[in-house]
Amino acid sequence: MALLQISEPGQASAPHEHRLAAGIDLGTTNSLLASVRSGAAETLPDAEGRHLLPSVVRYLADGTHQVGEVARQQAADDPLNTIISVKRFMGRGIDDVKSLGSVLPYHFVPAESGMPLIRTVAGDLSPVQVSADILAELRQRAEQTLGGELTGVVITVPAYFDDAQRQATKDAGKLAGLNVLRLLNEPTAAAVAYGLDQRPDGIIAVYDLGGGTFDISILRLNQGVFEVMATAGDTALGGDDMDRVIAGWIMQQAGVADDPGHGLQRRLLQAACAAKEALTDSEQVDINVELDTGRWQGTLNRAQLDELIEPLIRKTLAPCRRALRDAELDPADVQQVVMVGGSTRVPKVRSMVGEAFGREPLVDIDPDKVVAIGAAIQADILAGNKPEDEMLLLDVIPLSLGVETMGGLTEKIIPRNTTIPVARAQEFTTFKDGQTAMALHVVQGERELVEDCRSLARFELRDIPPMTAGAARIRVTYQVDADGLLSVSAEEQTSGATAHIEVKPSYGLTDNEVETMLRDSMDHAEDDMQARRLREQQVEADRVLEALQAAMQQDAESFLDSEERAAIEQAAQTLAEARNGTDHRAIKNAIEKLEAVSTVYVDRRMNANIRKAMAGHAVDEFK
Amino acid sequence: MSSTLTQNFFELFSLPQRYALERADLDARYRDLQRTVHPDRHASAGDQQRRMAMQQAAHINEAYQTLKDPLRRARYLLELRGHVIEDQQTTHQDPEFLMQQIELREALAEIREQDDPLQALDRLARDIRAQYHALESDLAEALDSGAEIEQAVTLVLKMQYFTRLQNEVQELEADLEDELY
Repeated sequence: MALLQISEPGQASAPHEHRLAAGIDLGTTNSLLASVRSGAAETLPDAEGRHLLPSVVRYLADGTHQVGEVARQQAADDPLNTIISVKRFMGRGIDDVKSLGSVLPYHFVPAESGMPLIRTVAGDLSPVQVSADILAELRQRAEQTLGGELTGVVITVPAYFDDAQRQATKDAGKLAGLNVLRLLNEPTAAAVAYGLDQRPDGIIAVYDLGGGTFDISILRLNQGVFEVMATAGDTALGGDDMDRVIAGWIMQQAGVADDPGHGLQRRLLQAACAAKEALTDSEQVDINVELDTGRWQGTLNRAQLDELIEPLIRKTLAPCRRALRDAELDPADVQQVVMVGGSTRVPKVRSMVGEAFGREPLVDIDPDKVVAIGAAIQADILAGNKPEDEMLLLDVIPLSLGVETMGGLTEKIIPRNTTIPVARAQEFTTFKDGQTAMALHVVQGERELVEDCRSLARFELRDIPPMTAGAARIRVTYQVDADGLLSVSAEEQTSGATAHIEVKPSYGLTDNEVETMLRDSMDHAEDDMQARRLREQQVEADRVLEALQAAMQQDAESFLDSEERAAIEQAAQTLAEARNGTDHRAIKNAIEKLEAVSTVYVDRRMNANIRKAMAGHAVDEFK
Repeated sequence: MSSTLTQNFFELFSLPQRYALERADLDARYRDLQRTVHPDRHASAGDQQRRMAMQQAAHINEAYQTLKDPLRRARYLLELRGHVIEDQQTTHQDPEFLMQQIELREALAEIREQDDPLQALDRLARDIRAQYHALESDLAEALDSGAEIEQAVTLVLKMQYFTRLQNEVQELEADLEDELY
């Protein structure tokens, strides 16, 4: 049995190969890919040397699509089929989309899952599918540049994203065929990129103003551990809004009516964006727009721009104060201010933020690339390439989680800014004799009324053992993992029966829908699905076997008697054989069997490691 | 060897079961625990191990949140000694204390009418904090010196009043700031 041959104690195991991992910044306007190569994290360009991939997908009548610059250039000519800023629709409902204003040129179609579909010549598409097409493009770039299959990726999300938006992002990763190691908050990624873990301990504020979202995060750094203390933001505020006020100014100057057509609107926004960017380095800029009635020319200077966008920047300062208050800190406690997002290039943004925190912000890493670079560093660690690295990122849940109670009120289960992962339990009872089902409505937000919070999902508990009213004690556990994703489980306490839970996400896809999309995306659906499932199970089998082997080399003797050890080795052997076969179900079964016999071992090891970690501290360090 | 998931929070952190603790020491223990169990530390292991890591990490987070907050720590200690205090539970036995609470609440209600509301609120917040800290040191004494449990319970209930008051101060502060800027 070669696989689990135990080496002599102290003998090092063979150094494993470098695993390919990447960080992806899936942005509203642009997306980026980065990876750690020869020890340094860098963004990876496409064949033409371009690092930024515009987050734009154009769908064509023949069912194909274009991603990036080529799609962006067609945006003005083919506005209905060219999807830009799709990140704004992720995990959102049709009403949210409408509230973004008349600026959206797409035809939205209501869908069974609350997230509306976008009607294109290539069919009705979920924002998740559009995002997956962007991710697939980056995956291809990564595999071509790095020369192999990716072990996993870290995808960044705004810290302020709620559960539905995070789940949609993770689903997009899955659809793109990526193994998502972690969803990482963008500000945390930026702090990592600046290598702040190498600097003295202290408080860091990360101000992230992107194309469509604003986030502020307050982090505490202590010996390589980044602990997010508080986060706040606005998921519908960004550089796009600056473009809109500038476009509004142009319309006013040029005497254009309030409701320009889609094409003109795109031209106005492009001119506005170009003017804003030009004013970063110059004091004034000439604007030139082709209107429906002829050409308009005008001049915008820095002072005028500052005045136009000042209210928008001011809007970002309220969340800054709130985050500091939640962290129980004053602006003076902040040692570093990190700037993220293309919109932080705007001089007025830098000066107002500097003023608010009373210190010069850090701007030396390109604000467009800093998030992807941080994600790449984290992906490299999570893929297992740096086992000695002490860095650890502890994130928080950005918005409170609650359940609906009588009268449409919310009861908070997990308050915002609680460190994740977190689990909280609640007990319910039945109010009718023989009741076997009950419903739970989980929402996210700070307000008292359910209707003012975001609906996340409705959970239906079934198979509750029938009892007299009030006798059943149903313990519902809400768990939020390190990605900020919620899962719910329920157990009847007196009988120990696990209730079956059916989840209906309010603005997300069910597992079945993701599966269907996956199938639809493949040319030879059935064969491809089989091949994919087999590959997934093989990867999981390898992980399990490799981790087990490494553990057993270290300490099998301390934790297992010979009988237990023989049982584990037997199950591992079975899995190793199944893994080389072609039956994905057999592999899955073998994994489950191995996990069942090794639970006791994993548990003992973890408990022992916890005790070991505490042994370094004196039992009573102060008398 | 019992599972760390069933240990009480003090045992989990290898700390003596008492109220007094050194915050920096607690923080250092927390970091070392998370460095051991956090799911990111088990990212390349199989699903099962990652699930177990997540459970442990959630448990350690819960323990840390409980131990680091003076009021929650006190309630947890009382719970371990067999005395559960509910969130909403209040005391009605000390008329002098209730009178003082009413006065503080009146002061809070009148903040908006002051010339400089933010500054007035700041003064009031300092006053509240000082009284809270005074209660806290009495509580530390009561819990760690073997006094009657009733004495500690009364102090915890008084602190709960102050915590609610502090929450209202914070809400008002947020509202005032947002109106002002």
